[in-house]
Amino acid sequence: MVTVVHPNLEQNDAKMSAKDVSVFYGDKMAIDRVSIDIPTKYVTAFIGPSGCGKSTFLRALNRMNDTIPSARVEGEITLDGEDIYRSDMDVVQLRARVGMVFQKPNPFPKSIYDNVAYGPKIHGLASARADLDEVVEKSLRRAGLWTEVKDRLEDSGTALSGGQQQRLCIARAIAVDPEVILMDEPCSALDPIATAKIEELINELNGSYAIVIVTHSMQQAARVSQRTAFFHLGNMVEYGRTSDIFTKPLEKRTQDYITGRYG
Amino acid sequence: MSPAILLVLALGLGLAGWLAARARAWAFKRDNSAKRIAALPTYHAWYVALWIVIPVVVFIGLWSVIAPQLVTQAVLAAPAAADLPTFGFQRDAILSDARSVAMGDTVGVFNQAANALVEPYRAAISRYNMIGALCTLVIAFLTGVWAFLRVKPNFTARTRVERAVMVILLLASLVAILTTLGIVVSLVFETVRFFGAVSPIDFLFGTHWGPDPMSNPDNPDGTRYGAIPLFWGTIYIGAIIAMIVAIPLGLMSAIYLTQYASPRTRAWIKPALEVLAGVPTVVYGYFAALTVAPAIRDLAFSVGLTNASNESALAAGLVMGIMIIPFVSSMADDSIAAVPQALRDGSLAMGATTSETIRQVLVPAALPGIVAGIMLAVSRAIGETMIVVMAAGAAANLTGNPLEAMTTVTFQIVAMLTGEGSFDHPATLSAFALGFVLFIVTLGLNFIALSVVKRFREVYD
Amino acid sequence: MTEQAAPTRTDKFEARLKRRYAAERRFKMAGLGAVLFSVGVLLFLLVTMSINGIGGFQRAELSVPIDFTQAGLSAAPAGLSQPSAVQSLQAQGLPQVVEYFAEESLGKAGADQLSDNAWRTVADQIITNPAILRGTEEFSLAASPKLAGGLGGEGSAEMQSLAADLAAQGKLENRLDLGFLTRSDATNSQMVGIWGALKGSILTMLVTLLLAFPIGVMAALYLEEYAPKNRWTDVIEVSINNLAAVPSIIFGLLGLAVFLALFPNMRSAPLIGGMTLALMTMPVIVISGRNAIKAVPQSIRDGALAIGASQVQVVFHHVLPLALPGILTGTIIGMARALGETAPLLMIGMRAFVATPPAGFTSPATVLPVQIFLWSDEIDRGFVERTSAAIIVLLVFLLLMNGIAIYLRNRFEKKW
Repeated sequence: MVTVVHPNLEQNDAKMSAKDVSVFYGDKMAIDRVSIDIPTKYVTAFIGPSGCGKSTFLRALNRMNDTIPSARVEGEITLDGEDIYRSDMDVVQLRARVGMVFQKPNPFPKSIYDNVAYGPKIHGLASARADLDEVVEKSLRRAGLWTEVKDRLEDSGTALSGGQQQRLCIARAIAVDPEVILMDEPCSALDPIATAKIEELINELNGSYAIVIVTHSMQQAARVSQRTAFFHLGNMVEYGRTSDIFTKPLEKRTQDYITGRYG
Repeated sequence: MSPAILLVLALGLGLAGWLAARARAWAFKRDNSAKRIAALPTYHAWYVALWIVIPVVVFIGLWSVIAPQLVTQAVLAAPAAADLPTFGFQRDAILSDARSVAMGDTVGVFNQAANALVEPYRAAISRYNMIGALCTLVIAFLTGVWAFLRVKPNFTARTRVERAVMVILLLASLVAILTTLGIVVSLVFETVRFFGAVSPIDFLFGTHWGPDPMSNPDNPDGTRYGAIPLFWGTIYIGAIIAMIVAIPLGLMSAIYLTQYASPRTRAWIKPALEVLAGVPTVVYGYFAALTVAPAIRDLAFSVGLTNASNESALAAGLVMGIMIIPFVSSMADDSIAAVPQALRDGSLAMGATTSETIRQVLVPAALPGIVAGIMLAVSRAIGETMIVVMAAGAAANLTGNPLEAMTTVTFQIVAMLTGEGSFDHPATLSAFALGFVLFIVTLGLNFIALSVVKRFREVYD
Repeated sequence: MTEQAAPTRTDKFEARLKRRYAAERRFKMAGLGAVLFSVGVLLFLLVTMSINGIGGFQRAELSVPIDFTQAGLSAAPAGLSQPSAVQSLQAQGLPQVVEYFAEESLGKAGADQLSDNAWRTVADQIITNPAILRGTEEFSLAASPKLAGGLGGEGSAEMQSLAADLAAQGKLENRLDLGFLTRSDATNSQMVGIWGALKGSILTMLVTLLLAFPIGVMAALYLEEYAPKNRWTDVIEVSINNLAAVPSIIFGLLGLAVFLALFPNMRSAPLIGGMTLALMTMPVIVISGRNAIKAVPQSIRDGALAIGASQVQVVFHHVLPLALPGILTGTIIGMARALGETAPLLMIGMRAFVATPPAGFTSPATVLPVQIFLWSDEIDRGFVERTSAAIIVLLVFLLLMNGIAIYLRNRFEKKW
């Protein structure tokens, strides 16, 4: 299925690139030959009705599908030009460069400090206490959580509110200095105020990392992203500037979804 | 130097290797701070440590089995051993006597003939200790240096260490298979030897059990090895009497706890029933022998039955039934609780009383689980040893009278193996044959119980 | 319509309904009765054991005052080892001194009922406190089992009257015998103790724990986190589930056939017993470990993986710490079962008469349940009490272990 790509998009370096990627669970095809470039300096949103494969495709970008025994990926996905599925690619290093935030916040049942410090420690980015302190403070500041937790870093991460937990997970992902951040419906488990905070955060992080966000809220996609891809039944139907997708979509299916005909 | 000391030595060498490798890896990190090294220094350290400790531990394991044999060989070759008897119990006793003096465990010899052997033992022990320690050091040094030389910046230590960890975990799991294999092989081996002396037909179908461990081992009287009375006793006590006690009590308890009792009552009573399963069987056996059996005999006397024996199948069966109650009630509880609430509601909504709902709807629906629980309980009961040993008796009776003494398979296993006979005598080997039958039967019961549950449970999914 | 009443409102229906309610009440009573009977038997067992066992913590002792100034004994030189000091006192005639004063105080018949080794009790006290030798001291020495029986109203008539006489004079009484907990096996019921068996149990449990816990936890981790879904994994799983259902006596046969063949010098050693029990306990730890590991939510693993932790790091940094309380609970319950096991240890020879506590893991030893079993054969009434007392000690330990397991489970059970 051929994607309709809007013409005249500004050139932007592609941080990650997918060519004819298909994902299978056993014999069932979940993603059908999707090709897309993820630009370095933008936020890219994946939208579409539930079950259309956007999360599956997202998880293929950091090889989290490897944890599912029946999953199979065909096609090529590259990061800075290197195929991430080649046999000598270190998946551990890949996941340090391509971070992920999940739908339901999943802080480790450790202290806030240890949650953020875990990544740098295992990857050897910082080991001395002073270095770790610095990394933790920097990450918590960038995630907008520092002022709220700086006096209780030893409290358990699970004792925070939902919105704070999600920001903690974002801080945790930032702490290893990734190049790409993948977000799988990060606000769907949060209340509107927490959602607003997260969206504000995404806007601030915009430009420092290549961000891909899967969302079922079109308004959210419109607020935070510069590029949008519309998925439907395993196909990527349309891709273009966010404002164009929502105001003048080229495909009828896209239009039907945006106007609420189905969803 | 015992294996324990060698083990400590191995760990110490491993620690040394760990520190050395880590220092080397830190040096790399400092020099190459621009490039990322392939793995953290700790992983290099663990790589070297594992390569030192694992080969040494394997060696120590083998050595602790081989070394005593080598020592014994050396002592037997010494001139002082010329007047020892050539084999048998006497020789072993003298040898072990000399050995314990040589090792300093005892002060004086029990058997005078052992005096002459103490010196050769001392010499052999210290010689082989030195050899063992030397080999340990050499192996540790060789493997340690080899591993140390591989510590380089681009060495993927983490991957290798993690693969080693996975292999260690796998080996731990294989212990289970090894154990099962060990059980099957050792039982089959001895059973085959037994059937070489006594025919399987005599064993499985004979009705007279009375092996004589002192008789001539080469020509055993096959008619004395008939196991039918044992099978009968086992079934009578474990599957009949015990179940007559356990099934009603267990099932009704489970029904009461799931359908009638308040949550608070249930919270107290359920653990109390579990305690029944936690009491050691030797305590049950003592209780059966001390309190229950005399009470039964007195009761029988008072009713006019004067030939009730002091050890009766009834006493053992009753107490065993009590012990088995938690097994029945626990599985029945789970099965009844698993029946969908919708079934219960449907019956009650029609105007049925609770007891009618239970009898007509819930129990039939939970029947596969209940039956499986009963089979597991029977399997547990027939494998039980101490209660029958202490309360049931050794007389291999083929009778239906519960007031008489009866013996079981497990009792005879204990009796045949703790008697006077030598290890090769058919009487001793018969214990393994009995054990093999027991193993097959309990495994079969468990297998059937699990497949019953698996097959019939799908109705609700 | 017609005036006929609905079938459910006839008298016949009402009568039947009454019967149905009666049946309901009976059924409910039967259920309650079953529960009460089961719990009642348990309580009866515990109460019987306790009543019998109270007597086991006491023993009949005769009081013998000894005036050392008349005896002419001298203390052993300081610095001698215990056995040598006792030997020196024996050489000086301490046993005869004790016998002399016993006859003075109790009469010939009474003195004959003094335990043969009573003088050793006196010797021990002299060694700890040599100042005794300068004055008079009253000793409470163990009486013979026959006299103890007589005091309890059993045995021959002459023993009973002798005991009554001595008791009336205040020279014979039952006193608390804490030495029961520090002595080892002996030939008469007045002198036995459970320390030898208890130490053997502790050593054996240590070996079992050190072997079964690591292997069990590692196998559980492998099966839950690493194992691919293929036939080999199924074989391992089936083996473990089967082993958990095998009767314990079969493990004894395995220990006999394999371990004693490998280490023939170590019959009845805690090492062999521990290895046999470890094989039996390991499947229990694996099964409860797997349940605990399964309960750790997948989101924790995903979070750790997504940040770039390797599989080993996920398992050891995240899964294992969270599953540990459940694993420990299962381990303690498994160990409690192993503590009460008798049959497999009988098979490997731990049924000998062991009069001194085991010195190490390779010395001959026995365990508490086996000691109970061996004493249960004795007909002496004194042994009945001692056996029940030993059972109480065993049950106390088991209660403790199960209590800790339940406490752990309640404290750390997280509702994810």
